[in-house]
Amino acid sequence: MLEFLSRLFGGFEGSKNRAKERLRLVLVHDRASLSPGLVEALKEELIQVITKYLDIDEEGLEVSFDKGDDSVALIANIPVKSVKRSIK
Amino acid sequence: MGKVIVITSGKGGVGKTTTTANLGTGLAAMGQKVCLVDTDIGLRNLDVVMGLENRIVYDLLHVVEGQCRLRQALIKDKQFGDRLVLLPAPQTREKDAVTPEQMKKLTDELREEYDFVLLDSPAGIEHGFKNAIAGADTAIVVTTPEIAAVRDADRIIGLLEAAELYDPHLIINRVRPNMVRRGDMMSISDIDDILAIDILGVVPDDQDIIVSTNKGEPIVTDPKSRAGQAYRNIVRRLLGEDVPLMNLQERTVMHWFKRLLSGEAH
Repeated sequence: MLEFLSRLFGGFEGSKNRAKERLRLVLVHDRASLSPGLVEALKEELIQVITKYLDIDEEGLEVSFDKGDDSVALIANIPVKSVKRSIK
Repeated sequence: MGKVIVITSGKGGVGKTTTTANLGTGLAAMGQKVCLVDTDIGLRNLDVVMGLENRIVYDLLHVVEGQCRLRQALIKDKQFGDRLVLLPAPQTREKDAVTPEQMKKLTDELREEYDFVLLDSPAGIEHGFKNAIAGADTAIVVTTPEIAAVRDADRIIGLLEAAELYDPHLIINRVRPNMVRRGDMMSISDIDDILAIDILGVVPDDQDIIVSTNKGEPIVTDPKSRAGQAYRNIVRRLLGEDVPLMNLQERTVMHWFKRLLSGEAH
């Protein structure tokens, strides 16, 4: 009854805002994956940039997503063979 | 050369089949030649929604396997005859009885003859979905203003893009204006914020849909129905007309009373 009255006289926040908020959060997780093609492209470009500074094991490079409760992180594991002294 | 459009959703029960039946019938009513294809193998439904279940002799699989000619399997609509035909899904076979390549060949043959080929997709993202999208140029994603349906629509949009079906269109089905008004249902703009794709249409929740499905007569030809009007608007948009989205906000006594009490100006 109280809820009905508060709805009737305004000031009541509908449940749709909960839905929208929950949906946003769940979609952050759902969307946190790239198609295999895009992952490959990302790897290629990462290698191009990093090899300017470091000598890396290109075969051992791994890219993945780490999904936390309310955030998503891009994790790249890049084995370094040696550090360069200057930029070529 | 006709257009091949797949109607899909991810989640089941949001109204794919009803949408396919109504858009097809509406397009035929506007003078277009239309072929509806039920791709939900093993769970045939479009035939009953169209009221054509008693006329089935051959199905999609018979055509694909060459057991009959394409023309023999196409069932003519009760009202529109040659201008609106249905290719039913096989009811007894496994889901993987048809391949995406076969579907592409079939739809390419159909588009030679028809202005619009509408493919009713099964729920899910498995083999049946891949079959349904194989031959399509465009996709229409159907959703309802519920969290699970919108989530699945988002997933489907991603999968469509991965399959190079870009810029899908959205139909938001079963909108209840009263619930939207009191903030208990996501609005069109809420869903637009989240999915960010072109909105082709908005269909209000309408009990008459159940009545029309009971009779096997799509509601789009009922001039009095609100949902029918919404489908007619979508049909006109598909034909390239610029039709504004339906205004779903009806003024009720309660709404007026609430505004009066809250002191809002009119």
